[in-house]
Formats: sequence, structure tokens, C-alpha cells
Amino acid sequence: MQNNEILVNSVRFLVLVFVQVLLLNQINIMGYVNPFLYPLFILVFPLNGNKSLLILLSFVLGLTIDMFGDSGGVHAAACVFIAWIRPVMLRSSFGVSYQLNTLKISTAPLSKQIGYILLMVFFHHVVLFSLEIFNLNRILLILKSTLFSGVLSAVLMVCTVLLFSRKSA
Amino acid sequence: MQQIIFFFIRNKNFLLFALLFGISIGLTLNSHYYHKTKFVNSANFLSGGIFSFKSTVTDYFDLRQQNEILTEENKKLRAFIQNLEQEESIDTTDGMFADRSFKFYAAKVINNNYAKTKNYLTLNKGSNDSLKVDMGVISSEGIVGIVHSVSGNYASVQSVLNTNSQVVAKFKKSDHFGTLVWNTEIPNVVQLTEIPRLAPVALGDTIVTDGKSTIFPEGIPIGKVRDFERNPDEDYYSINVELFTDMTSVKHVYAVENTRAEEILTLENQVEDAEQ
Repeated sequence: MQNNEILVNSVRFLVLVFVQVLLLNQINIMGYVNPFLYPLFILVFPLNGNKSLLILLSFVLGLTIDMFGDSGGVHAAACVFIAWIRPVMLRSSFGVSYQLNTLKISTAPLSKQIGYILLMVFFHHVVLFSLEIFNLNRILLILKSTLFSGVLSAVLMVCTVLLFSRKSA
Repeated sequence: MQQIIFFFIRNKNFLLFALLFGISIGLTLNSHYYHKTKFVNSANFLSGGIFSFKSTVTDYFDLRQQNEILTEENKKLRAFIQNLEQEESIDTTDGMFADRSFKFYAAKVINNNYAKTKNYLTLNKGSNDSLKVDMGVISSEGIVGIVHSVSGNYASVQSVLNTNSQVVAKFKKSDHFGTLVWNTEIPNVVQLTEIPRLAPVALGDTIVTDGKSTIFPEGIPIGKVRDFERNPDEDYYSINVELFTDMTSVKHVYAVENTRAEEILTLENQVEDAEQ
């Protein structure tokens, strides 16, 4: 990574944590629906970046969110998980071309971007809510939370990506 | 040997993932089973500082409502003092104010959760202000939770809306006592368990804290019976209790210290040790 990228990613890390903790964690629609925007850091991490570094950063990111939310290690687990499966998700969403360094997420077709975001959000939320609720008898609550929070998170992420994508057109 | 090293290099991402995922799961299990020894919590310098910064901004939004709550409490306390002066004797059945073994510390909630299955609040007072682990926390309307970790300037409180929370509670009218737990379904509605079926239960009955635990003084209001049922083949009622405290808007709270807690616990431990 170049210096510029390090700076951009550090700022993104901090901004996403602040937005999540100070703003989004206070939104509780219907008592349990809460959008999560911070995994966007993992989603838009440079495609040619070091994978081990991403996994490590995801752990720190999740643990920070956990610290603010008093939730043990559930966010850390969910983040590490999606950081690990990210290459597979990228391949299934954008095809093998992502490995050739020609692709930027923000220039891919919107439908593929949305597909990628939905996949990642789904896995993140499933791990997150399974660990947070941690009770197989409440599998319905896990699925319900995943569905509602997931849709909200995905919409929020798509909006953010659209808002901040620098299309040199 | 070389093979092993190659194996590690080839799978370094997976191994790193497995290690960090394992640590996360460990922390999660820790928070599920041992709620008092958490490594990562919001009662620390960093998150406490950020939350108190946030609360300096957001405090203005509901000043009017909070003022009304405090005025209401003043009114109640004033009426109480009036009664005391008239009776000229301290009514020892209402232990909340009369019993001298309890100390109250005012604090402000700077972060509040109520939408998860394990909810915590963060207070702007910590061990520097004499707050300790296991102190009860009440609002002007009723109970809020129990302090579960403190740092110098902040404290993290396990809300009654937490699946780990267990508070001893009783009926105000009959002294039948049970344990208050939360089934996560509705915020502000908790479940009173272990009430034997011979106890008289009616809708709207007031539930208060029981003096048997050393955490809360006796007679702190908790809530009222919202609905209840008793299966014919079970010995206990299942009762839903609506909390008096609105957990979604709680702001000004009091931490309660039982100055005799240590003495009582030491005695109880001695008895238990002697029996073993």
C-alpha cells in the first residue's frame, strides 16, 4: 500500500467507528433493528492489499466496536470472519478479474456491487447475531434480526458507496 | 521441518483467522458465562471519554423531560419529609430512606443500550467517586441494574434488561419472593420467576426489591404485574412485570452502596464453609 492509501484507510477506519458508535448504535427501530455501517471498511479495503493485514485490522475494528457496545467479542468474530471469506466473495461477485488488479469496486456494475455487499452483510450479521443471542432456541430471533438489520445495513452501505465513489467520468 | 514452515506460510491467512476468531469466541463466551470478568468493556478511558463527550451534546435534547422527572422526584421526597416530620418517628418498614446502612451516589448515564440481549449502561462516575462493582443502580422511578465493572472515572452497569441479570424481587403486599430475569422479548417487560403457586397474584400488583440480597435496599419499586399465567402441571407462576423505569430514556441514576454488604457476605460465606 502506498502512503496515500494508508492515510485514506486510517481515516476511513476512524470515521466509520465514530459514525457507528455515536450515531448508528443509538438507532433502534422497533427495539431490535440496528444498522451496521462499519463493516464497509472491510468491504472496500484495497483489493491488492495484504490479506493478513486485513484480517488483523478487522479484528481491531470489531474489538473497538465491542468495547463501545459491551458485547464481548461478537463484532470482532463477525469482522474476522468476513475478512477471511472476502476473497471468495469477491471472486463469486466480480469473477476472477478482480485478481488482475484491473478492477475497482466503485467502477464495477452496480448490480455486482450490491450483490457483493449483500453477501458480505449477510455473513457478517449471521455470525454477529448467532454469537450475540447465543441460543439455538432463539433461531427465529437470529434470522429476524439478521434479515431486518441486514437489509438496513446493506441499503446504508450501498448509499455510502454511491455517495463516496469517485468516478472519473 | 521445511515442510512445516511451508505449511505455516501457505496457510498463514487461515491460521491468523483461526487464532483471532478463537480469541473473539473466547471473549464472547466469557461475556456470556462470566459476566463479572470481562476484558473488553466500555468502562475505560477511551470509550468513557468519547461517550461523555457525546453526552455533553445529546444531553440538551431531552432536558425538559429530565427536568420533569427530577421535579417529580423532588415532589415525592418533599411529601415524604413532610410525613416524617408529622410522625416524628422514622418508619423502618420503608428501608430505602430510613436505613442508615445505605449510601447513595448520584450519577449520569452517558451511554445506554436496550435493544440487544445483553444490555449495559455506562455511567459518568467510577471508582474515584466511590463506585464499586456489585453496587445496585436505581433511578427515581425504580431499579436500573447492577454495576459490573468500574474504571477510575466510569462505570459499566449491567441493565436489568440483560439475560445474565438476576435480581431478587418480591410482592409488596405479600412478601413472596422470586427472581427477576429477562427473556429479551419486550424492552421494559421482565419476568418474575419462582413465585410459588400458593401466592396470591393479581394484575397491577407492585413488585419491589427484596432486602435479602446485599445489592439493593428493601422496597425499591421495580414494576407492576402486567400479566401472569400458571400451568396446571407447574408449581410456579410465570409473571410478566412492566418496569416503572423507562429503560429507553433513563438519564439520572443513583448508585446504592450497602455499607454492611461485606460483613453480611463474610458471615454468609463462613456459614457455607462450615457446612461443607
